[in-house]
Amino acid sequence: MHTIPGRRLIMSLFLVFLLLPIYWLVNMSFKTNTEIVSTMTLWPHQPTIANYMRIFTDESWYSGYINSLKYVIINTVISISVALPAAYAFARYRFLGDKHLFFWLLSNRMAPAAVYALPFFNLYSAIGLFDTPWAVALAHCIFNVPLAVWILEGFVSSVPREIDETAFLDGYSFPRFFIKILVPLIASGIGVAAFFCFMFSWVELLLARTLTATEAKPISAIMTRTVSAAGMDWGLLAAAGVLTIIPGALVIWFVRNYIARGFALGRV
Amino acid sequence: MDKTINQKAWFLVLPVFLVVAFSAILPLMTVVNYSMQDTFGNNQFFWNGVGWFKELLDPSTDLGGRFFASLWRNLFFSGVILAIEVPLGIVVALSMPREGWRVAFCLVVLALPLLIPWNVVGTIWQIFGRPDIGLLGYVLNNIGIDYNYVSNEVDAWFTVIVMDVWHWTSLVALLCYAGLKSIPDAYYQAAQIDGASRWAVFTSIQLPKMHRVLLIAVLLRFMDSFMIYTEPFVVTGGGPGNSTTFISIELVKIALGQFDLGKAAALSLVYNLIILIVCWVFYTIMTNAGAERRPSKPAKPAKGGA
Repeated sequence: MHTIPGRRLIMSLFLVFLLLPIYWLVNMSFKTNTEIVSTMTLWPHQPTIANYMRIFTDESWYSGYINSLKYVIINTVISISVALPAAYAFARYRFLGDKHLFFWLLSNRMAPAAVYALPFFNLYSAIGLFDTPWAVALAHCIFNVPLAVWILEGFVSSVPREIDETAFLDGYSFPRFFIKILVPLIASGIGVAAFFCFMFSWVELLLARTLTATEAKPISAIMTRTVSAAGMDWGLLAAAGVLTIIPGALVIWFVRNYIARGFALGRV
Repeated sequence: MDKTINQKAWFLVLPVFLVVAFSAILPLMTVVNYSMQDTFGNNQFFWNGVGWFKELLDPSTDLGGRFFASLWRNLFFSGVILAIEVPLGIVVALSMPREGWRVAFCLVVLALPLLIPWNVVGTIWQIFGRPDIGLLGYVLNNIGIDYNYVSNEVDAWFTVIVMDVWHWTSLVALLCYAGLKSIPDAYYQAAQIDGASRWAVFTSIQLPKMHRVLLIAVLLRFMDSFMIYTEPFVVTGGGPGNSTTFISIELVKIALGQFDLGKAAALSLVYNLIILIVCWVFYTIMTNAGAERRPSKPAKPAKGGA
């Protein structure tokens, strides 16, 4: 692959630009509030893990992480399982209204969450799902299902048709072909799609916050509590922030070899 | 590749259709319903026809004025970040290391900002930019630049734009990198034999090959910046004054802050319509570009070469 002159320097500068704000957050999470407010230090001079201990011992804090993970996982499972057959249909067949349907799905990926916040609130209150992980998981389907279909369609298209035909000649029924042959073939695609569902559900706040009150409050909503009468608890806020970055970083590590292709939605 | 016509494929699509319809069509109907009515509280609704829409599209009224102001602000914001992120993303993609552990390292660091919850992105920059406890604000003020994003409009805009560049340039870079990876070596060898300059290689091989992924990048970046809410809300709260109040922030203010359901619903519909039109334009361009060059041979599986 051809690159450009000075690429090492450009890349290094960009990586520093990306990492510096994150470093600052980590740095602050290990400081005491007195140190944060009183002096400007580039690294914690009196490192403390008190901020983290408070999060791990206080149930109202760590339950936020569990709530977030709950709806993210439910959402990923729903999205992938409904998107797989649809992706196959879009990749292999033409049917009445297929292009319009695909565009409609895509347009839902682009719909602003702010538009849906209030109607979702009414809808999920009416059917009694308000303040449960299910409400958030179903609400996040509006952008994750289209995305999963989009990514998986690209991956299914890259599987040669001959494989389907041979399988059917060999007497495979459709469900058996799907599970035994197609799914293993596009396993990396499923991984990438799951990664994206995880990512977009994990980072979203507006809907998650609107659809929960006390029982299923996500961590990102709990973080706003650090503002108290005594002023901002910066160290605690920073520690909570650092802990929300960790699941994402772990997931990236597993899919690192497929990230580039995944971001191109399987279409390169 | 020819696809066979098979109407039974609808059964495969049905689950997706039901799930998305439940989340998209039902709420949208509620919005349409609200947009035609007015309420004086107590769940009493009155028919208001297209009244809200008239008010919304008339810049001289309060609602219309706020709508157009936030619309222009949002379009300006989207324009600026596209103008920065697309070229920068291409440059970063071209600067990727060739092979070895460095590739994996760069990919992971690049993807990191994308996996951070949006309100935490806001928090990071809120802290980083503060003149008293943040590195950026502290350094800028110490070298003699009066920087305070809470009280100064220009500084607030600067912070929001730098934050978005920090957050999303990686997406453009990763997309372009995927496009660059798909160029066969033979192209470069041919260019070398022809004695093509580096610039010629870029404009006649790399850019055309990236054209498809660049379209996706521009579409995603435009859409996501057009509906940006959480990050600027956390950092500036839409201020100082209304200087960084984008459409989503305005909408949530009206809907969940003032519970002005009719106004909010009308705004939602117009907002959605704008997005639908832009989306359709991009989709048409994209499918046409796809029809031109859709390889008949199966794509190479991504190599785990890192």
